[in-house]
Amino acid sequence: MRIAYFAWVRERMGIADESVDLPANIANVAALVGWLAARDARGAHAFADPARVRAAVDGVMGGPDAAIGSAEEVALFPPVTGG
Amino acid sequence: MIRVAVQSGPIDVPAELDIHDGGGHGASASFVGRVRGEDDLVELFLDHHPVLTEKGLAELAHSATDRWKLSALTVIHRVGAMAVGDTIVLVLASSPHRAEALAATEFLIDRLKTDVMLWKRQTFADGRVEWVEARGSDRKRSERWDEGLR
Repeated sequence: MRIAYFAWVRERMGIADESVDLPANIANVAALVGWLAARDARGAHAFADPARVRAAVDGVMGGPDAAIGSAEEVALFPPVTGG
Repeated sequence: MIRVAVQSGPIDVPAELDIHDGGGHGASASFVGRVRGEDDLVELFLDHHPVLTEKGLAELAHSATDRWKLSALTVIHRVGAMAVGDTIVLVLASSPHRAEALAATEFLIDRLKTDVMLWKRQTFADGRVEWVEARGSDRKRSERWDEGLR
């Protein structure tokens, strides 16, 4: 699965995207964010406050409960600020 | 009839208006968003998703044409580095009569701020760099349209 990061989430992770092999029990966005936060110091910094993180699963905006099962790309980012 | 673009180069507002208005519509409304020079801002940078930002804009444009009878719609958002005074976003909506064009323009700019994958980063003269925080007031303006107001 490809994980893409944007805005300050990308800066804190130090990379724009990566491919990961997730454990079978990581089934939704909240679990993915928790897994990344526990994986290393960069993840802990980027995802210290999961409430500040939004997600898009294969292009569809989703909340913490959104399933990521067979997704090709999960994007993680702060609340959007365009316009 | 619907033109949506995400671009790193400047938005040529007069040229876009000419393209949009070629059909001679009864009523055309516009919104032009520019970089404000507050607090000694020297650069505004817009981060975006290479695919999903334009897709999100297109979905928003289609939800506007589903909702109102529009004869033409243009939505262009700039990304990357911008200076004070540069145009960030242009919305042009046309319809036979003014009410639809005006409502669609307001809907699009309100929703654009909460629904499309874009992130603003400000750089100031003293070297500070800050990602802009999402505002509750923008969220409220966007949610008004959920209730079918107007």
